[in-house]
Amino acid sequence: MRIAAIVAALLVLLALPKYAQPYYVTLVLPAFAYAIALLGFNLLFGYTGLLSFGHALFVAVGAYAAAVLTSKLGVKSFELIVLISGLVAVVAAIPVALLSVRYVRIFFGILTLAFGMLFHSFLFKFYDITGGDTGIRVLRPSLLGQGFADLDKTAFLVGPFYYYCLALLVVLGIVMWRIVHSPFGLHLTAIRENPRKAEYLGVRVRFFRLIAFLISAFYCAVGGVILAINTGQADPELAYWTHSGELVFMTVLGGFANFFGPLIGAFTFIFLKSELMGATQYWRFWLGAILVLIVVLFPRGLVGIGQSLWAKLRRS
Amino acid sequence: MTAFFDILIGGVFHAAVLFLVAAGLQLVFGVQKIVNLACGSFYALGAYFGISTVTWATAAGVPPALFLPVLLLSGLLLGVIGPVIEALLRTVYDRDEAFQLLLTFALVLMFQDVLRFFWGANPKTLGNIVMEYGKLSIGAVQVPTYNVLVILASIAIAAGIGLLLQRTRFGRILRATAENREMSQALGVNTRWMNTSVFTIGTVLGTVGGALVVPTAAASLDMPVELVVEAFAVVVIGGLGSMRGALVGALIVGLLRAAAISWYAEVEMLAIYLVVIAVLIVRPAGLHGKPIE
Repeated sequence: MRIAAIVAALLVLLALPKYAQPYYVTLVLPAFAYAIALLGFNLLFGYTGLLSFGHALFVAVGAYAAAVLTSKLGVKSFELIVLISGLVAVVAAIPVALLSVRYVRIFFGILTLAFGMLFHSFLFKFYDITGGDTGIRVLRPSLLGQGFADLDKTAFLVGPFYYYCLALLVVLGIVMWRIVHSPFGLHLTAIRENPRKAEYLGVRVRFFRLIAFLISAFYCAVGGVILAINTGQADPELAYWTHSGELVFMTVLGGFANFFGPLIGAFTFIFLKSELMGATQYWRFWLGAILVLIVVLFPRGLVGIGQSLWAKLRRS
Repeated sequence: MTAFFDILIGGVFHAAVLFLVAAGLQLVFGVQKIVNLACGSFYALGAYFGISTVTWATAAGVPPALFLPVLLLSGLLLGVIGPVIEALLRTVYDRDEAFQLLLTFALVLMFQDVLRFFWGANPKTLGNIVMEYGKLSIGAVQVPTYNVLVILASIAIAAGIGLLLQRTRFGRILRATAENREMSQALGVNTRWMNTSVFTIGTVLGTVGGALVVPTAAASLDMPVELVVEAFAVVVIGGLGSMRGALVGALIVGLLRAAAISWYAEVEMLAIYLVVIAVLIVRPAGLHGKPIE
């Protein structure tokens, strides 16, 4: 059942650029980006039980790293950009994580929010280094050494870049699946359920939280790279706390208790947001109203709704 | 010396307003254990509504010199939204903190567009109404009298909250509920009613703060999300749930911001957040907070 659903989803995504309008295809690119970022985010939130309200920080680190690499240092290889940006985010995450993992619950959330805003004000105010509120341009990378110079921007994005990101999502998804189902992942779940008991059993709670934090930073940065290449710009708003809030929104919308929940959340959110933005200038209101509904009535998210519908169908 | 006084007065004025919002945040966290991201939205609502009320009152023939009481009144009036929002938050009291935080985040998004719907996307101001009260000379510097009045009003409100919490029956019950909800319930405290009244007081503190600040600064749609960041800094420095912490935190953030703006504007928020992180490293629970288990 689950495998059939995954294969179907992949087939739809593979066929999409052939049949859908380019507009919808360009919408799927940010969905890929957020799906990758949320895979990491949910390792921390869903599996380890730590709610970060500042993970947009690492999305922004990824985006800015891609911007600096392409426009300032002349690095064009997408593979190198992804790798370097991810590693930069991990390095940046080390001090943040070392401090944050001493806390849990709301204190962890506030501290991560503080770090996110610290980075935002750095990006925003230090014009000479970061380009201030306009940010830095991100140039088109080469994929596996190919430049695709004959394609215009949209054709590049909905063509080779689209498939490349889809492949990246699948690879990173499989890696994350292996992580959460490894002994390491089980340790994290144990920490979420009962940190004290886990500690008695010899789990090094803080160390495992730290590693989960670093992995999540890497994934968020890869998402940030794709976002930045898609828009051609890295700007400070990426690090703003409301963007972190959106990450949490997407995760809960899909359902954080399920491995695939955040992925579904990312696609739904991007599509929903764009439809609402097209329909009304008051899209934030409706987005907020939907979030209220999800939080109050369907805390297990879309996956939870699907699961209870499926259970009802099977009973009848 | 003049520069020093400018920073001092500017900083204390900002601290006075920040204190009001942060005090609301602390009260609500103390009793309901919810960190209310929408506190900034209440503040912005107070600011916009204040502009409308003053404009309306002036048109109706109220002398412009009375605009301060009109603003206070408009802030108080907005307390009516408190019980409504508390009724929504009530659905998640026994849930995970993530949901509580997200619900208030949803309110932030919704309020953003409520403000846009009623007052439009362009910033609104009350013009130069502050000059109605003239200027006050303190030593070599001149300060708008209005700013001093706001500082005094904030001190009065702080004293009022202090008395309410320490000296009244309501305050004792409130503190007992914050300390141990189940025990209070067992002793016959109507905690449901306590939640509603505390949240309403918290809301009013936010809306009054916004109403008081609006003669000196424009009301804009960025206000809610920007203020939350500062209010968070205040409560983290001071310690979550502590009133004294809100006061100390507001003074530190207010003065720091004023100093940063006059010396090196680039580091404004950066400086505030460095202090936040430094405090959290040295005293994880904040300056006046209870130790975290």
